[in-house]
Amino acid sequence: MATLKELSKREELLAGGHRLCAGCGASIVVRQILLAAGKNVVVSCSTGCLEVATSIYPYTSWRVPFFHSAFENSAATICGVEAMYQLQKRKGKLPVDEEIKFIGLGGDGGTYDIGLQSLSGGLERGHDFLFVCYDNGAYMNTGIQRSSATPLGAATTTSPAGKVIPGKTQYRKDLTDIVEAHHIPYLAQASPHNWKDLNKKVEKALSIRGPKFLNVIAPCHRGWRSGINEAISLSKLAVDTCFWPLYEIENGKLTINYKPKNKKPLTEWMKLQGRFKHLFKPENEHILQQLQQGIDCKWNNLLKREEVEKPC
Amino acid sequence: MGKQVAMTGNIAVANAMRQINPDVCAAYPITPSTEVMQQFASFVADGKVDTELVTVESEHSAMSAGIGAAAAGGRVMTATSANGLALMWEMLYIASGNRLPIAMMVINRALSAPINIHGDHSDEMGARDAGWIQMYSENGQEAYDNIIQAILIGESEGVLLPAMVGMDGFIISHSIENLELLEDKQVRDFLGEFKPKHPLLNINKPITMGPLDLQDYYSEHKRQQAQAMQKAKAAILKVAKDYKAVSGREYGFFEPYKLEDADIGILTLGSSAGTTRFVVDLMREKGIKVGMIKLRVFRPFPIEELQQALSHLKALAVMDRSDSFGAAGGPVFSEVRSALYDLPARPKTVNYIYGLGGRDLGISPIERVVKDLQEIHQTEKIKELVTHLTVRE
Repeated sequence: MATLKELSKREELLAGGHRLCAGCGASIVVRQILLAAGKNVVVSCSTGCLEVATSIYPYTSWRVPFFHSAFENSAATICGVEAMYQLQKRKGKLPVDEEIKFIGLGGDGGTYDIGLQSLSGGLERGHDFLFVCYDNGAYMNTGIQRSSATPLGAATTTSPAGKVIPGKTQYRKDLTDIVEAHHIPYLAQASPHNWKDLNKKVEKALSIRGPKFLNVIAPCHRGWRSGINEAISLSKLAVDTCFWPLYEIENGKLTINYKPKNKKPLTEWMKLQGRFKHLFKPENEHILQQLQQGIDCKWNNLLKREEVEKPC
Repeated sequence: MGKQVAMTGNIAVANAMRQINPDVCAAYPITPSTEVMQQFASFVADGKVDTELVTVESEHSAMSAGIGAAAAGGRVMTATSANGLALMWEMLYIASGNRLPIAMMVINRALSAPINIHGDHSDEMGARDAGWIQMYSENGQEAYDNIIQAILIGESEGVLLPAMVGMDGFIISHSIENLELLEDKQVRDFLGEFKPKHPLLNINKPITMGPLDLQDYYSEHKRQQAQAMQKAKAAILKVAKDYKAVSGREYGFFEPYKLEDADIGILTLGSSAGTTRFVVDLMREKGIKVGMIKLRVFRPFPIEELQQALSHLKALAVMDRSDSFGAAGGPVFSEVRSALYDLPARPKTVNYIYGLGGRDLGISPIERVVKDLQEIHQTEKIKELVTHLTVRE
């Protein structure tokens, strides 16, 4: 694995000057992924903040081949690119010593929701690609609408905290679990605050043949109603509260990559975000409890599962 | 020389695909096009083609993966019908907007609802503004010939557009006919190799495709697309000429039949041309000066050529195997009538919507059309502009 010093000397493959917000979590995630992946990659990206802000014609931030096709088909698109690559490799039309890796990108809207079918198809067919979801928990590009990744209780523009309904009334979908059901060789959850872990996971994923998946938390201060300089600290808190556990599943075996010494209460993370503000009113305390219970349950299950799967 | 075989339209198209040997095919089953990819899958399984076959989970993904593969750089094909084409709708525009010459066989079928699996043109006509070159086929032979030519037309310098070829579902797709296949080598030599100029797979020269294109450039890009479609006209004729040299079969934008000295004419496309030709012969025996014009290319629409071919007629019936609800008539009618508008003398033009959901167009409805045209010719009056033919009242 590359050291921080080595990484710092690598060419930036996502050029600065793009128009993502200052303090955007997604750009940090993508920059780290590209640093880990290197130049021999082709990237597809679903419609969303990342795409609209990095590829405004006639400019582009992408120093690797980049294709944006539509919202729901980043996975199918990169699978098509990969199929052409396999054909050309097989027919000797590409240099023998040149190996290309394929990365599909999407936000939670483009992955959990509208792009789920396309992702599922690509994973099932066994294409050699890595799909990365940058999860900021809502449709941020269109103006913070709820997605199936939005946490219970969060206020968004389509699940506002109103006088009668206190934000989103449903739990978030566990996409990583859904992806695991495809029995792919490698999947993991990661966070940009732990660059070492994220870097390692990208390197590992790209060294494995077949479909791979990374779910990476990507704070959005516009949607989370948080500080512009808090993407990294909020990512860390998401992990330290176990809202976003860092784990990987390699050939069916689970490894938890980080176990907080002192698991912090979920409210530590939530109280810094305006989207949860209304939940701190006395009448909504039960929602906070519900959220904490859900987090505890998932975390305990992960710990138990890891214990069971430990080699004897 | 090619060889005579008896096969269905679908199998003929699958054989064209075998001979074309595309780099990537991404497809999803839907009646009546399923058989094409089914047959092609066995060609893949038997090692008769090199193609990467991507068996996707929807037509949307079929076109998406096809777009990805074409952007990567190479020949891409697929086949679909009706609702499958409708599900691709978003991606059709993205294929043409990105100037990716994908070739697709559309086994024409009626759109739902009500659900119906049989042949009409509502699917392909619905996609007429999607920026694809569109051709229609009278029979299996034409479908075979058209799909081979579609590859080169789309890939032509200055064109770079996707192309779809229609063939009437069941009526042609599932009917066995006697047709001629070219030798494999003839097709391979005719097509040569496609080398896209800016493939995504060239990692030494990274390009960004599908960027956000706002008020400052979008209009220019769309005009380039419109110009490319106009350039496709010359490409269609050039490819047809080269194809004739190989196959002996002649193609153009349309095929006139006994039209030159005709007073009245019927314009049609697809399988109904066979029956119409038969009726024209019957009427000619009776001394009625009727002719037919079979439209092969709908996009780009051959305006000037049609003006020339039709200007001498006194009355013209345009046959539409799909409706455009609330419009001035069926889609073919609207375009043909508009093309004739600027002529100093133009035929009185009427529209017949027929054969929806695969309803047969027999001899007598066409005889009725001829009778109507004779009356229009004599009285110089149109009683009914748009008539639903072959329908219970």
